Amino acid sequence: MTRVHLQGILAVSLVATLAATVGCSGGSSGGSTTTQSSPPSNVQSITVNTGPTAGPPYNSPYVNGAFTSVTLCVPGSTTNCQTISGILVDTGSSGLRVLSSAITLSLPQQTGSNSSPVVECFPFVDSTVWGPVQTADLTIAGEQAKSLPIQVIGSSSFPNVPAGCTSFGPAQDDLALLGANGILGVGNLAQDCGTACTVSGASNPGLYYVCPSSGCEVTAESIANQVPNPVTLFATDNNGVIIQLPSVSGAETSITGSLIFGIGTQSNNGLGSATVYTIDPSTGNFTTQFNGTSYTDTSFIDSGSIAVYFLDPNTTGILTCLDFTLLYCPSSTQSLSATNQGMNGATGTVNFTVGNADTLLANPNDGVANGLAGPNPGGFDWGLPFFFGRSVYAAIEGSSTPGGQGPYWAY
Amino acid sequence: MKSRIIRSLLAILALPLPLVASLGGDITSVQSDQAKLQGTLRSTSTDSYTLHEIQASTGVTVKEYVSSAGKVFAVTWQGAFPPDLRQLLGTYFDQYSQAVQAQRSLRHGRGPLLIQQPGLVVQVAGHARSFWGKAYVPQMLPAGVHAEDIR
Repeated sequence: MTRVHLQGILAVSLVATLAATVGCSGGSSGGSTTTQSSPPSNVQSITVNTGPTAGPPYNSPYVNGAFTSVTLCVPGSTTNCQTISGILVDTGSSGLRVLSSAITLSLPQQTGSNSSPVVECFPFVDSTVWGPVQTADLTIAGEQAKSLPIQVIGSSSFPNVPAGCTSFGPAQDDLALLGANGILGVGNLAQDCGTACTVSGASNPGLYYVCPSSGCEVTAESIANQVPNPVTLFATDNNGVIIQLPSVSGAETSITGSLIFGIGTQSNNGLGSATVYTIDPSTGNFTTQFNGTSYTDTSFIDSGSIAVYFLDPNTTGILTCLDFTLLYCPSSTQSLSATNQGMNGATGTVNFTVGNADTLLANPNDGVANGLAGPNPGGFDWGLPFFFGRSVYAAIEGSSTPGGQGPYWAY
Repeated sequence: MKSRIIRSLLAILALPLPLVASLGGDITSVQSDQAKLQGTLRSTSTDSYTLHEIQASTGVTVKEYVSSAGKVFAVTWQGAFPPDLRQLLGTYFDQYSQAVQAQRSLRHGRGPLLIQQPGLVVQVAGHARSFWGKAYVPQMLPAGVHAEDIR
């Protein structure tokens, strides 16, 4: 599509200082003066629609992708900035990753041993992304993460993906494959790898590489240099996020909701009546009971999954679609319920529907589909349809909140 | 999930060296790969197969199901990071990759995978810092062994 949108610089000068200083939008947290129609500085609009590949030449609509935009600046600059839309909001990962093709800025490259460039291989469940670690000042809503390490996906400077990276899964390093201009990981993890990547040798899982001209090799990467959950770098509102989306019935063209930063840090992000479900800090999972069976430590909540993925056709008695085995296609819509149980013992019933994916996805202009579901043998992956009609709280590991220390989910 | 086979363990052996086999591969042909994963190995046997459980140095637990004929008919994995699927799936890796790409070319989307082909079943699930999955060749399952026994 022609919308490989880099919508110019967002010239919102909230700070009425001297000679028309062009700000990178929003202003730093706590310091911004609210203007007449602006939402609170910790609220970022998100839209669920067919995404940046819906039109030609891709003609490949996304469904149940929650997209937003981010503003990046060259570190320290308030003028060398760029706003990039079509960024997928993903609670299943942590870290900001943006396609090289969407970036016009020249961002500083992170270097490692022997001043060689650091390049990352980040594994998602079904794919990998490969590209250099660079640094940017991120502005989103009124929040700023300065000198934020991000991954630039698909850079032409590092075209050869190491075999050790593709062994994790097929690469999705361009817009056609990714279906988004980037992925904003705002899940429970503070960094995308953690201590496992800080060591050398055989126990390093192989996410970070240094790439001298002689070739890339796995490297140890300090916590401070890893691609972090950008929320952790905010001055305030840095203990987690809330995703709010409206209720959806069947398929719709698009919906708009909010990504709210912070939990219990402002008047608009309190837990209210939400129940806290703590998760296994090592896996990020909790337990779900369904039809009398308990699926222990294999369930999670993931805005980046396009469907509610659960169990398998043999267990559910629901067939997958004929040509697309990744989604269910029951002959009639099924109304089901399951019980989520946190590590803290909190339990709650979740009612959900399983519609026929072929029917739900029949209209390529529909970017939202409640009832979209698919198999996930052995557990539950509560994807984006779970978020419809809810406020879902994701607390970051190690952070303090009014609901206790993260990591946890609340809704 | 049923565990009747696992409960009928006949023996627990401690083998001296870790093995890495590929799906469909021959257990006797995998000695050369044994250095690939640096970890601990525990092997258990049932009437129908031997289960080699490898705790890799990266923390990933890999289980390999080897038939009495010495063939690897199934593998499973679980850990904070994905395993080397090229290694684990062996000659089936390309078939798996092509199947994933074929499904994804039909429709964008992110989420777990269930690849079901006549000669290969692969399940992949999880999220950042929690990955698990299994792969097996239906035709190679020993008599009396069912897909749900592979866990």
